[in-house]
Amino acid sequence: MHEMSLAVSIVELVSDKAQAAGARKVTAIELSVGRLSGLMAEALAFCFEAAARNTLAEGAKLLIRELDGRGNCLTCGHSFVVDSLLAQCPQCGGYAVETVQGRELKVVSFTIDE
Amino acid sequence: MCDSCGCNQPENSVTITRPGTKSGAGHHHSRQERIVAVREAVLGKNDGIAAHNRDFFKKRRIVALNLVSSPGSGKTTILERTIRELREEISMAVIEGDQQTMLDAERIEATGVPVVQVNTGAGCHLDADMVHRAMHQMDLSDNSLLFIENVGNLVCPAMFDLGEAAKVVIISVTEGEDKPLKYPAMFDAASLCLINKTDLLPHVDFDVARCREYALRVNHHLVFFEISARTGEGMPAWLAWLRSQI
Repeated sequence: MHEMSLAVSIVELVSDKAQAAGARKVTAIELSVGRLSGLMAEALAFCFEAAARNTLAEGAKLLIRELDGRGNCLTCGHSFVVDSLLAQCPQCGGYAVETVQGRELKVVSFTIDE
Repeated sequence: MCDSCGCNQPENSVTITRPGTKSGAGHHHSRQERIVAVREAVLGKNDGIAAHNRDFFKKRRIVALNLVSSPGSGKTTILERTIRELREEISMAVIEGDQQTMLDAERIEATGVPVVQVNTGAGCHLDADMVHRAMHQMDLSDNSLLFIENVGNLVCPAMFDLGEAAKVVIISVTEGEDKPLKYPAMFDAASLCLINKTDLLPHVDFDVARCREYALRVNHHLVFFEISARTGEGMPAWLAWLRSQI
């Protein structure tokens, strides 16, 4: 259940910056989550609610923007969308794939009430 | 529906939106609302501490290895055997991670190398700050090996950089050979894979070749060692690799 650690990290990151920005309250947090990042959105939302309690981020809505994974086949050079770490090249069937996108786990922005 | 796993949350608490499409939720602008751009990694703080740990290890020429596996794969037994075989040649130290108890630290202490136990309480993984705090509680030698035995868990520790030189994933032949397919994140994050308890191969259905093939599907860079920490079979290649890192 690493989502709890991630939720706490998000709350800390956002609360610090929200305070610096003079926020009364954080109403929404926008996240960019790669499909290969290993994050379960539902579990994160559940943990976030608990982690945000008694902070500026309490009650904030999580906007999770999922980002497709992308990989390059090292055998034939084909570039394709990958949806798991077990990606198989649709062109040549190879498994030697370098993932170039989809592991991101970022806070993009947050919305505050001033 | 239950209270522990999140399945009873209201459906609208999760918003899943593709980039470029409008969800509207949380973005109704009023005069008092303001959007603050961040663009920072969620694990940025952990990664920063991990980078600090890595710098420290580099300066002191300490090779830190993060041992990850399911509970019961034999991590501590591998460490005991490794330490006994190498302690005359190489300085070593161990950070032990478990939710509870000092049991593993006590086993390592019996081998005579410095050891610190990190108890994570309910935590399912070590993070960079725990390792940072632990390593400042010990007297680490220059040109040494530091083994970090993570909490037995084949999922969560994959996400957390501790500042290690490499993650070493361990799978024992009493587990299924399909573990790399079921838990790809850990095999993806690792550089080395130890297949342990090979002395039990005659008694179990574990197919080593298939396990390696599955793990390579996930991570074609993986380097394997087949060992039995109990009998010592296969240990020389693993020990030779460790020597080559110093």
